[in-house]
Amino acid sequence: MADLHVELVSAERQVWAGGASRLSVRTVEGEIGVLPGHEPILAVLADGEVRIEATAGESMRVRIGGGFLSVDHDRAVVVAEDVDLEGAAGSASR
Amino acid sequence: MAGQQRVYKQRIGSTKSMQQIFRAMELIATSRIARARQAVTASTPYARAITRAVSAVATYSDADHPLTTERAEVRRSAVVVVTSDRGMAGAYSASVLREAERLVARLREEGREPVLYVVGRKGVAYYRFRRRDLAGQWSGFSESPTYDDARQIGEELVEQFVRSSQPEDGGEPGVDEIHVVSTAFVSMVTQTPQVNRLLPLEVVEGVEPPSSDELLPLYEFEPSGEQVLDALLPRYITSRLHNALLQAAASEHAARQRAMKTAGDNAEDLVKMYTRLANQARQAEITQEITEIVGGADALAASSSS
Repeated sequence: MADLHVELVSAERQVWAGGASRLSVRTVEGEIGVLPGHEPILAVLADGEVRIEATAGESMRVRIGGGFLSVDHDRAVVVAEDVDLEGAAGSASR
Repeated sequence: MAGQQRVYKQRIGSTKSMQQIFRAMELIATSRIARARQAVTASTPYARAITRAVSAVATYSDADHPLTTERAEVRRSAVVVVTSDRGMAGAYSASVLREAERLVARLREEGREPVLYVVGRKGVAYYRFRRRDLAGQWSGFSESPTYDDARQIGEELVEQFVRSSQPEDGGEPGVDEIHVVSTAFVSMVTQTPQVNRLLPLEVVEGVEPPSSDELLPLYEFEPSGEQVLDALLPRYITSRLHNALLQAAASEHAARQRAMKTAGDNAEDLVKMYTRLANQARQAEITQEITEIVGGADALAASSSS
């Protein structure tokens, strides 16, 4: 199965980009998981955690303070406000 | 006579120390341009993602959003002027202000009341000196604006804009359109002041038309097209403001670098000129002393021979 190309961008820079097998985010209506081949979607994200299971290297968890997600043609873009990488480091060491 | 020499020496000394300051400021500005340009580049992925999303929603949902609809009658127009906090940047702030004045005059001609919002201490001082009312002002971040700064401005502007679209209730009037006057960073040597209309949004602007083989996909909206648009548009505005602020910062540094280089060169010319004048004064003094001595000796010789 083709990989999902995920980009995580914050207002000031691109935080992460690469291939992933699975992405899960919290929208305002609840948690959703995105696998390769997902239908195109534009969703508003709530405060919460973004989990990216990268195909190469470690998977990553980031806390974001809202934003939105767009998925099309196996390309997912998470646009986040206030990306908190500290939370990600904490969860990795756990 | 010796007094004149001392004056020249003093001037040379002070010009040289100013030259050092100019040189230091030029170097600082040069290093900051690079950082400011990086900030512009780093914010592009966000701007691109948000523009794409907004145009997707605008294309595939017939949601009519207050932020995108043109007002039938435009009575008050907000003008956001982006200037610098500090001077020493040549004509940077002056040219933005000139552009803003031109826009204000045009708006008045069209029978609209301009409402001024100013970013940067220089602009605030300019309008305060002329005793013009400012509807809002922000300063202290012109050299390295953050996203939060842009968000503050964006929130205020959107609030003003939305207020006017509500039916008249006797409250404070908002604005019907918003223009931004800022400096676009074209290259290291060219920065042009420009006027952009921020609201109502022209969503199609800046997006390349989708080619026939790569149409924008038919998105599913969650929770709904309108709510997605509600969440996206303020962010889109903030992102455009952020971009304008970052470009203005890069332009400010570039303008300052050029101004400081010119000032340094002028200081060098002045030092050269004063050195010549000082030398001339010294020679004149020596010549006069010799003349006096020779004259004195001649007078002595004449009086002893007679």
